[in-house]
Amino acid sequence: MSGHIPTSRDETIAADTATEPTQGCGGPLASLARHKATRRAFIKGVVASGATVAGMGYMFRSGGMRSAFAATGAVERLITLRVNGQDRRVDVAPNEMLAYTLRYKLGLTGTKWGCDRGECGACTVLIGDVNYYSCSTMTHAVRDREVTTVEGLVGPNGELHPVQQAFVDELGPQCGFCTPGQVMSAVALLRANPSPTIDEARLAMSGNLCRCGAYDHYLKSVMNAAGRA
Amino acid sequence: MAYNLVGKNFAVGDAAAKVTGEAKYAEDFRAEGMVFSKLWTSPIPHARVVNLDTSEALALPGVLAILTPDDVPAFPPPQDPILTYEPHFVGEPILAIAAESEEIAAEAIEKIRAEFEPLPFTVDPLDSLFPGGPNARLDGNVAASRIDLQQVKWGAGEFAGVDQGRLPMGAPAEEWAYGDLEAGFAAAALVIEESFVTGGLAHHAMEPRSSMAYWQNGTCFIHTGIQSQAASVPSFARLLDVPVENVVLVSEYCGGGFGGKISAGPTMSIAAHLSKKLNGRPVQLRLSRENEYAVGRGRPAFQGNVKIGFAADGRVTALDLYLVHDNGPHIGAGDFRAAANAASIVFTPPAMRWRAIPVLTNTPPRGAQRGPGENQIAMALEPLIDRAARELGIDRVAIRQLNAPTNDSLLGADQGPITSAALGAAIAKAAEMFNWEERKTRSGQRNGSKVTGIGVGSAYHSAGSSGFDGLLRIGTDGKLYIHTGVGNLGTHSHYGTARYAAEAMGYDWNNVEVVRGRTDRHLPWTVNQAGSNTVYTTTRVFQVAAEDAKQKLLEIGALEMGGAPEDYDIQSERVVSKADASKSITFAQAASRATDLGGKYDGHVVPEDLNPMTKASVAALAGTGLIGVAKDNMPKPGVTPGLVAAFVEVEVDVETGKVEMLDYVAVADAGTILHPAGFSNQMTGGAVMGFGMAVLESYAYDPVIGVPARAGFYQAKPASYLDVPKTFETSSTEDHLDPTNPIGAKGIGEPAEGAGGAALVSAITDALGGHNFARTPITADMIVNVVAGREQSYRPLQVNTI
Repeated sequence: MSGHIPTSRDETIAADTATEPTQGCGGPLASLARHKATRRAFIKGVVASGATVAGMGYMFRSGGMRSAFAATGAVERLITLRVNGQDRRVDVAPNEMLAYTLRYKLGLTGTKWGCDRGECGACTVLIGDVNYYSCSTMTHAVRDREVTTVEGLVGPNGELHPVQQAFVDELGPQCGFCTPGQVMSAVALLRANPSPTIDEARLAMSGNLCRCGAYDHYLKSVMNAAGRA
Repeated sequence: MAYNLVGKNFAVGDAAAKVTGEAKYAEDFRAEGMVFSKLWTSPIPHARVVNLDTSEALALPGVLAILTPDDVPAFPPPQDPILTYEPHFVGEPILAIAAESEEIAAEAIEKIRAEFEPLPFTVDPLDSLFPGGPNARLDGNVAASRIDLQQVKWGAGEFAGVDQGRLPMGAPAEEWAYGDLEAGFAAAALVIEESFVTGGLAHHAMEPRSSMAYWQNGTCFIHTGIQSQAASVPSFARLLDVPVENVVLVSEYCGGGFGGKISAGPTMSIAAHLSKKLNGRPVQLRLSRENEYAVGRGRPAFQGNVKIGFAADGRVTALDLYLVHDNGPHIGAGDFRAAANAASIVFTPPAMRWRAIPVLTNTPPRGAQRGPGENQIAMALEPLIDRAARELGIDRVAIRQLNAPTNDSLLGADQGPITSAALGAAIAKAAEMFNWEERKTRSGQRNGSKVTGIGVGSAYHSAGSSGFDGLLRIGTDGKLYIHTGVGNLGTHSHYGTARYAAEAMGYDWNNVEVVRGRTDRHLPWTVNQAGSNTVYTTTRVFQVAAEDAKQKLLEIGALEMGGAPEDYDIQSERVVSKADASKSITFAQAASRATDLGGKYDGHVVPEDLNPMTKASVAALAGTGLIGVAKDNMPKPGVTPGLVAAFVEVEVDVETGKVEMLDYVAVADAGTILHPAGFSNQMTGGAVMGFGMAVLESYAYDPVIGVPARAGFYQAKPASYLDVPKTFETSSTEDHLDPTNPIGAKGIGEPAEGAGGAALVSAITDALGGHNFARTPITADMIVNVVAGREQSYRPLQVNTI
């Protein structure tokens, strides 16, 4: 292959007649050897004291209850949130995310955590009429706003919202874990655009992932709901 | 056949709970005194943890317990450990900490101090097989179920062609053959040989495998989202080292499984182990997306080589397959075996050889993923069938029909029988729905930078088993209580199959209750909710249970109203005299009578051949009504193939590499459709996962430091709304019924994926004038590179790479 960078396999092929392969330095790590670094030294350099990196990785990558707000000194403040038409008094830490407040403090577990980092949409709620990822929305930022979760769509006598009914009728959900978020995005879409085309609907819904791949049934649900409105 | 319930849509019992947020998944549960836990996981691919210091973590106020590898059962290598001081992949759990709050648990995790002594690692099976190459484990580099952990190195000579893309094929770990392979190739008018790569990928179920557990009087109550209900109990009992009767599994909902949550994985037991340390106090372990990526299982990659002979008319004469299977670091999966069976039944070669070796890598543990092995091989082989059609001047649909299995076709190494196959009919029906004859003329048409491609693919999965138990109870209230150990994976078959139980009993669906979701609701031993098995297998168990219940009803009718059981019929939830329709008793009356009679009628006496779990459930229900219970001993004289054929039209933008699917058609060789909406969900959802396999998703590891590059959704790229066609059309070969199933139905969830992905690969290949990448996923950069005549970014045969 032209421009082929020597790789581990090439190197090991070349070194095959050598008496003793370097333990742990087969494979791609041979490129490290070219740079006169041992793999072990390299890893040690990367990992430093080990736990530090593990901890840092945790902080950076796993999101949610970052230690910053668990740490001493983070002061919760009692605020009033307007959620599903009710005023809810709740203690909120400075950097607390809305999904956390809803699930852990208000018991509204219909809002799901699929990724906790703004990738999947399972935590979608309405703020005003607009759909937001609640995992990535600061609770303090919505103090003066109307927050609606999937629980808030149901009518006073338990009747399903037209979008929820359409999702049942078209059997939108498969496993159902992403469904609350899908429903909320569909509600937001239809408030903004009561008669979307399929293209508009799939664009509007595209921030909500579904690993079951139930997109066909979800889209039919959205179009069905648009017909009812 | 005319049915009252089968084949009709219905209000699925838990759909409303899913759209309102009422449905409780594992991490939605709260229990009195519940505490939280977090995992400490490995940041590097293979290491030994030394100089561990947890004192600072444990000193943190609110920290309650730490769970170490010494606290949990150990299993013989290479079985997956629950926790380990020698992690074999990035993200493998080492310790867990429970604390009063999730924040404190997270804080404590960050205060753990230790050093990681690095150990050799590999992210590519071929690197590991090379002389002197690294082993994923200190104790070997090759293992799988039924293949002992061992070290295998091939000779350097085997690798001579690797940079030209030829798979090295040293001694396999397992092989079989049937027919005369040499004669088959000698007789061939065309022989095609190609090495290929199919990427491995993570499950990425939307719900991470979180769990909440507590203990009461030695019994563990576990709340988690798991595919199988009854069948998961033994796996939890093993992980917790308790008898099965000491496990209560609550799993009313499972936020996606796809094979990754068939039964209890080690991480699902950690909350329970922590709870035990806390004298049974409830513990919740909410896994992060990153945790789920690491421990959530994934599909093995293949580095393969296939040689196929074709007669001039397109009939396959011989097939020779070699698979190097990336098995992750532990016991892994059996994809390498299943792939061979798929090749043998989808293309029915009269002679075939299969060789394979499962190689360990320091990447996430592998397990079954929807159509394990079968779907990878569909994507590797279908483009070669297209190439043969082109070279032989045969229609691409015709060549598939010529080789498609029929009822008489034979499967796999032992060339055993199958129960039915009508793939040719499925292909024909799909071709007609797709308007193949007209559409194929558009193949290669160019519109600006976009080129049209037309694709066809098919796939297989063994879709039915037998030997499980059915349990029905007619209460003294006259209601039918359908006890089912089917899980709630998202297929709706927990209700769909229950519909058949009601159908078989002649019940009004409104007078039926489905009893499920917790194993303390007295569930029968039931097939794993996996392998596209539920529809076929569970309609059979309800058939035998219904026959048992009906016989008892007739006997009670005779006891109550005189004569013999044969003098009575079952009609509208009554036992009615054949001679005089005015003579009848209700099911409620019959159930009351059953409780008077006792013995077999109300569950005090049960068939000997029932599974112990079923026996225990019936014992608990005994005396509460009329019990219908039986083991499925109906004949099953072969493997039951689920088969799907799919068609897709794409536009490939040769400037950007973007592939747009215009529409999609798939037909399953599934006979009767039990639940049309559920069927459509599986056929379209399966296809969407297949599209992901074909063009979007694969593991990627930095080969130098062994860390993952695609742990998050935005990197792993499961298909979104915008990646799939706007319209899907699906159907079944409804006049081809499987004779071994009471309604002539077969499962389809898995081949729906393989067929969809293979059709997409076929379409892209078609748009590019037959260029076969011999690699999935076919990403946009690969298309742009091939159009521009540039080298690809990956090394030949490299896996787990960008």
